[in-house]
Amino acid sequence: MRPAQGIAGRVGAHVLLLAGGGFMMLPLLWMLLTSIRAPDEVFSAGMNLLPRTFSAIENYGYALREAPLLRYMLNGAIVCTLILAIQLLVAIPAAYALAKLSFRAKPVLFALVLLGLTIPIQVPAIPLYIAFSALGLLNTFFALVFPFTLSVFAIFLFRQFIKGFPDEIIQAARLDGFSEIEIVLRLLVPALKPAIAAFAVFSVTAHWNDLYWPMIVTTSPEHATPPLGMLQFRDAETGSNYGALMAGAAIVTAPLVVGFLLAQRQFIQGITMTGLK
Amino acid sequence: MDAIEFATMPSTATISARIKPRRRGRAEAAWAYGFCTPVALLMVAIYLAPIAAVAVLSLTDYELGAPDFTWVGDAHFRAMLADPVFWRAMRNTFTYAAIVVPAAVGLGLMVALLVQRRGRLGGVYQIIFYLPVTTTLVAMATVWHFVLHPQLGPLNAALGALGLGRLDVFSDPDLVLAGLAVIGAWQLVGFNMILFLAGLTAIPQDLYDAAAVEGADHPIDRFLRVTWPLLGPTTMFVLVTTCITAFKVFDTVVVLTRGGPLGRSEVLLYAMYLEGFQYFRIGYASALTLVFLALVVAAAAIQSFLIDRKVHYG
Repeated sequence: MRPAQGIAGRVGAHVLLLAGGGFMMLPLLWMLLTSIRAPDEVFSAGMNLLPRTFSAIENYGYALREAPLLRYMLNGAIVCTLILAIQLLVAIPAAYALAKLSFRAKPVLFALVLLGLTIPIQVPAIPLYIAFSALGLLNTFFALVFPFTLSVFAIFLFRQFIKGFPDEIIQAARLDGFSEIEIVLRLLVPALKPAIAAFAVFSVTAHWNDLYWPMIVTTSPEHATPPLGMLQFRDAETGSNYGALMAGAAIVTAPLVVGFLLAQRQFIQGITMTGLK
Repeated sequence: MDAIEFATMPSTATISARIKPRRRGRAEAAWAYGFCTPVALLMVAIYLAPIAAVAVLSLTDYELGAPDFTWVGDAHFRAMLADPVFWRAMRNTFTYAAIVVPAAVGLGLMVALLVQRRGRLGGVYQIIFYLPVTTTLVAMATVWHFVLHPQLGPLNAALGALGLGRLDVFSDPDLVLAGLAVIGAWQLVGFNMILFLAGLTAIPQDLYDAAAVEGADHPIDRFLRVTWPLLGPTTMFVLVTTCITAFKVFDTVVVLTRGGPLGRSEVLLYAMYLEGFQYFRIGYASALTLVFLALVVAAAAIQSFLIDRKVHYG
């Protein structure tokens, strides 16, 4: 403990942190409380913190029945899995080439990777939309996944990790008859596990929560991702059924929040990497 | 690229007399090109061709579904600069950033200072402050709307109980950006806290001891004389990152205000979305996209300049 900090300072710090923490938790708690509150109580709730009658089953049941939330979450899982799988497949071999192999186009390619780090999806969105529309690919998983299959961030991150991997081991593997593909799959992928885990969290959080692109290329519930589904559910329910609306919000938010509580370190590493981006 | 590689081979060969490394080098390059081909193709399809297309489209009057288009030169850019709606979107975006950035950076720093070295309880606080970062913003915007609801929300109930007037944040033209900024800052504080904590752990304890010897014992002295100067690079980095995030505000606007009331929450990305994907005025939307790109690239350029400097520090 810091010697300069007296009892008063320490109590003060906890008071501030409790107040701040309360503010952070306020919407989450209010969401959970409202999602189990009886509908007639919502309109007279005011300061009544705890519900007097519980309607958890009705509210969650309504949300799951009226909005195909499970369908949206399945869509979200499909989209996130496809994006992550292709990102890894594309990025890891390229990262190895950029880190350890010599070829003439390397500086150009690496410069493009660095440049790509600064470009958000909103920039290429218009031409991509025109192309998908012309090819009849709107409202497909392909349209939702394709623009994110190349993660320059993944290439950059894995390249940094692979650069630190000892050359001697790679040389030894070559002498043992490993092909370059085997070096990637059998040597590097196991060594990259922590980086892959962190990147997976980063990628899944980003694409589970993304609204801009799904909103542009999907109009059908068959392909809507959780944020889009939540938006449609909200627009359909404006002002009427807050209990069900909060239940829906809780359902959509739950997977990532629960994931975070179970694997805090990976989550913090993964999401904080966006800051390096 | 492969052809170029092949053509230059003899000159490399004259330098290196040994044959084996040369063959090895050629095979290595072949593997490298194989590994990088998907990246190169996707780079063209997702970044290079679309960005070139945006630049070209911004000089045309192309509208989605139209059979034809004509070149209009810089007409869109002139129209944009003369359009009060564009300036309103810029002003709203910067006003939003001007609230979110100091709040999220200042509070992030404060929380980081308060939770560091607080043992297990510090860890619990970290989890609480970080929790909003992992939430789905669309869902949480819906929740915030309800929390701030003029009749049903707990905030106004509390204000009412205190005998104060009720606030209808998202219908009040003067409050709407501040309301959106509260949600934006709420989601960013924990993120910035983690970045600051990383910066704080890098400050060696000796420096605090040395400062104490020189009489800087009070926490405020310690902060001003040791922590703040050494945290400079981290702070700049967090500032720029938060700025970029603030420039991209979109989700909360779509869910809660749709640019209203009276256009007071119409931000740059939302204007781009409306022009491009609601009105299908592709040419004009492309011009807006280039402005957005310039903003983000400028911020990123500052950021990479700062990262370079940080490397020299380290």
